[in-house]
Amino acid sequence: LLTTHNSQFTTEIAQRFPDLHPALDACAAVVEANRCLNCFDAPCMGACPTHIDVPAFIRKIAAGNVTGSARTILDANVLGASCARVCPVDVLCEGACVLHGKRQKPIEIGRLQRFAMETFYDAGGRLALRQRQERSQRIACIGAGPASLACAAELRQQGFQVRVIDRRPLPGGLNTYGVAEYKLRAADSLREVEMVRNLGVDFEVCDIDAASLAVLEREFDAVFLGIGLGAMQRLEVAGADSVAGVGAVAGIGAAARIIDALKFIAAYKSGSPLSVGRRVVVIGAGNTAIDAACAAKRLGAETVTILYRRQRQNIPAFDFEYDHALREGVEFVWATLPTAIAAKNNGLELTCVAVKQDANGRLTPQPGSEFTIECDAVIPAIGQSPLLELLSQVPGITMDRGRVGIDRTTGQTANPKIFAGGDCVNGGREVVDAVADGKRAALGIAALLCNRQSARTEVPLG
Amino acid sequence: LADLTTKFAGIHSPNPFWLASAPPTNTGEQVMRAFDAGWGGAVWKTIGEPITNVSSRYSSIDWNAQRMMGLNNIELITDRPIEVNLREIAEVKRRYPRHAVIASLMVESRREAWHEIVKRTEDAGADGLELNFGCPHGMSERGMGAAVGQVPEYTQRITEWVKEVARTPVLVKLTPNVTDIRVIARAARRAGADGLSAINTINSITGIDLSTFAPRPNVDGMSSHGGYCGPAVKPIALNMVQQVMADTVDGPPIPISGIGGIGNWQDAAEFLLLGCTSVQVCTAVMHYGYRIVQEMIDGLSNWMDANGFATLDDLRGKSLSKVTEWKHLNLNYKIVARIDEALCIGCQLCHIACWDGAHQCIHVDRVSGPIDGPVELHAKPREHGRERIAVTPIPKLDPPKAHIGPYATSLERIPRVDETECVGCNLCSLVCPVDDCITMVERPTGLAPETWAERTNAG
Repeated sequence: LLTTHNSQFTTEIAQRFPDLHPALDACAAVVEANRCLNCFDAPCMGACPTHIDVPAFIRKIAAGNVTGSARTILDANVLGASCARVCPVDVLCEGACVLHGKRQKPIEIGRLQRFAMETFYDAGGRLALRQRQERSQRIACIGAGPASLACAAELRQQGFQVRVIDRRPLPGGLNTYGVAEYKLRAADSLREVEMVRNLGVDFEVCDIDAASLAVLEREFDAVFLGIGLGAMQRLEVAGADSVAGVGAVAGIGAAARIIDALKFIAAYKSGSPLSVGRRVVVIGAGNTAIDAACAAKRLGAETVTILYRRQRQNIPAFDFEYDHALREGVEFVWATLPTAIAAKNNGLELTCVAVKQDANGRLTPQPGSEFTIECDAVIPAIGQSPLLELLSQVPGITMDRGRVGIDRTTGQTANPKIFAGGDCVNGGREVVDAVADGKRAALGIAALLCNRQSARTEVPLG
Repeated sequence: LADLTTKFAGIHSPNPFWLASAPPTNTGEQVMRAFDAGWGGAVWKTIGEPITNVSSRYSSIDWNAQRMMGLNNIELITDRPIEVNLREIAEVKRRYPRHAVIASLMVESRREAWHEIVKRTEDAGADGLELNFGCPHGMSERGMGAAVGQVPEYTQRITEWVKEVARTPVLVKLTPNVTDIRVIARAARRAGADGLSAINTINSITGIDLSTFAPRPNVDGMSSHGGYCGPAVKPIALNMVQQVMADTVDGPPIPISGIGGIGNWQDAAEFLLLGCTSVQVCTAVMHYGYRIVQEMIDGLSNWMDANGFATLDDLRGKSLSKVTEWKHLNLNYKIVARIDEALCIGCQLCHIACWDGAHQCIHVDRVSGPIDGPVELHAKPREHGRERIAVTPIPKLDPPKAHIGPYATSLERIPRVDETECVGCNLCSLVCPVDDCITMVERPTGLAPETWAERTNAG
């Protein structure tokens, strides 16, 4: 497990990445729960991709029924614990809270959910199987991230035989390897995986290629693709190859110069000793870029600079993430594009150019505006590429702009036996979106295998 | 500035705020601190032959994370010798001659015993006496307290004994643990009581510890019913005060000191409007201390000033004429709910309350514009939010959520009242969390006022 890697370093990580938000204690949770109005057809529930019955679980906290509260959450979202920590609640449940209309603070739904889930797990909580009758049909879930876990748990709850297959040694996908440690510890992710395993889901470590996928499709009654996205896009600048390479996979060692954000995050979370140097430049301004920048800061970098080719108002990161980065001391340089990278002295020299954005959003480098930044490490965070090579070989499925095409209500691809959900379908959204996809697909699979209409009546919005 | 001075059957106090006979008036030292804090009077913790109390005496119920919505006690009368209490009463009166000190008394039901305690108490300087015929626990098992107050004949007889020797005003404190409190009040009046106090605490078991199965308060694994007080009992107390003050069977009512869940000036004003001459407070002081009287004095004065009441006599009993029997209410008065769309926050509590708990006339079916005219339409409440696929919005990729209508809350979440079905029950306006969002407006029926009594008399 992660903790065996290097316990001294793990302790250091725990110290450097304490919880971003404090937990609610039992008394505060009850007070906060009692603020909830218990709306009918609550907007928070509608805004949650997994439609957790928020008023119900909050009411149970208020009534001292924390176990029941946790079960209400898990019933809708088996990854309720990690979602409580990583969900951008400002734009989801808490953003929809009607108390905004009274100019009051919204109910702290995220922290209440976390209170219920952590109380549940700390008490050794396990989920009982809803369905006692076993079904013989087998489903393979490819990838062990949130989408597959949610799909597997729901199918198992309906009595199906489920195997989850992932190439990484630890299950959990980005929940285990890719979320900033101050939001979600890998151990928390693995605790959730254990609960899914305890439902009777098999986990297998295996790198799936087109050939093995074909075998799975033959041997299993249905296949769920929850494979996420592939590697981060390479930084295409002059000289990148000459300084990349050594140490880049294992993490930033003394020799490493360029490491992509996801590898960087996975490395420090896995307990690899990291030295990021004094000056770090992160390219890109998405949520992952900010996770990486804040991590670099906490790992000892004196200055961390985020370079973004557009302006503040164009960043893909959520506002609260941007604010958080500012609080951590991350600097932003807008309208700037890196053009070249070279080794210099004991570090790197990044050549940049200012760019201008026209009304159509097109970027034009400004001649003569070149400047250089000296740094010790460059962390590109410019998005993940779809796993096109693998997906292009899956028979029968369709692709749309790099994404697997599905029926939104069932998760079914153009190949009736293959379902899909999560980042490989939505291009990269939140954990809770993957969970919702996985759950919908599970219901779609169950309906297919039981030869009945889908139980869900959800319809796509707009 | 409003004059709060109070004269209760000859007992004077600088304001109508008295401490009820209870732990806050246990000792002279406490009562003097209370007077320093602003209290106008104090009814001494009941004096009688000293008793032995149990340890573990109070329990309470919380409501919505608020402490002590209701308080229960199984404490008995004073556990200190009579002479100590009387010595302290004398000391308090010497130091605070203008404040009211009323001695609460309870002794065994013998004429001589009552005569003796009345004389001794008055000799100590008490301004008045309050006969504790209401204590519902412990003492009643020994033939005192509520055991007296639940039997009109006993109430009358003991009050008569007291009146035989009393030189100061005599108040009878009424127990609410009876079928008709007016019967006991009449007995006290017949015996010549100068005033009443109501209500004493209500028999209660506040709750059961779900791990030990023992009710609270837990006395070595067992419990006993106690007396209930605090904010939860105020409506019961108001009703009983009104019943007593509106009762003229045996002649005009006598002054009453209102007790039961009073915690702020508004509570006090309500008791005064139902005819109380003074009010007594206990639980709120046990919760927050003597200091709360400052707010009560200030709040009551401000309200009186704002309403042009110079003295308490100007407002006393003003609401009594507005309480009547149901059969005298106008059957032709009609109100309906009106939702202010500009204030609605879309919680839809009015909708579900009306649907499940009232008359199925508030609907969530708006799609555009204001509703013109009544629409007869029924649709079962549905949780639309769950029927749609929701995703985490990404500003660049996802259009902002559609917002319908001119109000801050999107129109499809603002409920609509079907006035043809609305019976004007008020429930929606009670559950609505936004002040003034749902108001009840009168819809003239064009019919002359008619009461049930009139209708049945007309045949």
